[in-house]
Amino acid sequence: MHVMLAVDVTTIIPIGAGDIAIAAALLLVHGGLSLALGLGVGRQVLVAAARMVIQLLAVGFVLVALFERMSPWLTGVTALVMILFAGREVSARQDRRLAGPWAYALGTGAMLFAAFAVTLLALTTAVRPQPWYDARYAIPLLGMVLGNTLNGISLGLHALTVGLVRERSSVEALLCLGATRWEATRPVVVDALRTGLMPIVNAMAATGLVALPGMITGQILAGAEPLMAVRYQMLIMFLIAGGTALGATAAVFGGVLRLTDGRHRLRLDRLTPSRAASPR
Amino acid sequence: MPLLSAAGLINGPLGPIDVAVDASECVAVQGPSGSGKTLLLRALADLDPAAGDVRLEGVSRAAIPGPEWRRRVGYVPAEPGWWSDDPAAHLADVSAALVEFSRLGLEDAVLRRPVAQLSTGERQRLALIRALQRDPRVLLLDEPTAALDPEATRAVERLIAERQATGTSVLWVTHDRSQTERVASRVVSLRGGRLES
Repeated sequence: MHVMLAVDVTTIIPIGAGDIAIAAALLLVHGGLSLALGLGVGRQVLVAAARMVIQLLAVGFVLVALFERMSPWLTGVTALVMILFAGREVSARQDRRLAGPWAYALGTGAMLFAAFAVTLLALTTAVRPQPWYDARYAIPLLGMVLGNTLNGISLGLHALTVGLVRERSSVEALLCLGATRWEATRPVVVDALRTGLMPIVNAMAATGLVALPGMITGQILAGAEPLMAVRYQMLIMFLIAGGTALGATAAVFGGVLRLTDGRHRLRLDRLTPSRAASPR
Repeated sequence: MPLLSAAGLINGPLGPIDVAVDASECVAVQGPSGSGKTLLLRALADLDPAAGDVRLEGVSRAAIPGPEWRRRVGYVPAEPGWWSDDPAAHLADVSAALVEFSRLGLEDAVLRRPVAQLSTGERQRLALIRALQRDPRVLLLDEPTAALDPEATRAVERLIAERQATGTSVLWVTHDRSQTERVASRVVSLRGGRLES
């Protein structure tokens, strides 16, 4: 499928700082609720909103610079930084992480493998911008794939570690009878992969009926033909599904390799203690 | 040559200890709670990354893949694990198991009940039969009769004695001194992770 971005820039209605300020005034509703109900989240909402504004502005400036320079190196470095941040996020979302640098390395490695594979596939076969590394296409595509792959990988890894701890006696019972590490951990692996893939399966089923994805909305607001926006959304959903499957599978199987050893022993000593019981 | 031997075995707070068991021999392992009895069996079963030179019929453990080692050195923990709630799913041969069932005082109906609904004693005997069906050369038993009545206990002891007669070696963790006298030809005592002389 070779799709082209059909955006008529003359139809974009520009918005200024004043328009954003009107929308930001809605935060007063949050503040009012927090005060009235004693929610105590007023400060959090303010900090989150400030972070969002600063982060988006920073991204905007970075994108402007990237689009102007059209450098493969700059695009590559930006992609790498995005993946490193995503890897850190995977690691941070685990209750019991792999000890040492493994937690970070496994999440980042799985993300690097999955996100790069599907983004490169899209850039070289479906979207085909000129040049293929054009940041205007590469960075948003990678961003959307990363955001969702991250979810699948962190859910899959979490289900794996929690499952192996919970099912330790049954995994070891199988090992005691001569099962390999793959045979013994199979039920936990299947459960972890299902958990990792479920959000994207649900999202695909609900897209268009329950939710109109941000990408369609954004493209339509930017003047794209609805049917072309829909095509893009299909492309991105398939990329996300493929990336999540690749990433979750790589992370879960990598996790099994790390949480067992060459003698096919279960190595839960390679997990950090649970953070659930520790005070926050 | 002993059937199973371990020299300088260290598993966490256990060891270093030397232990050996001959073919057809049953060695009782005794010691207070926390003395390292279970750590010893887990180290011999290669479930924990223990240090030391462990050999089966003179062959170093390093030369035998982990799954193969555990098929030959069968371990029945005090609290066995279950990967399926269907008791039959744990048995290599259900009809052969029924013969052992009747010998150990287990009713056939046990097979029709979920594992979670079996009593501790029923689960212990089911786990023992599950391990015996794989014909291990060495049996590592961690209090296999702790939840059994005297009659069932004797039945288990007779079944294990028959396996010994065919060459199987046994390391039997028990707190019961009279049982030690009935089943074992030798006693190994642990205290604070070390062998008591």
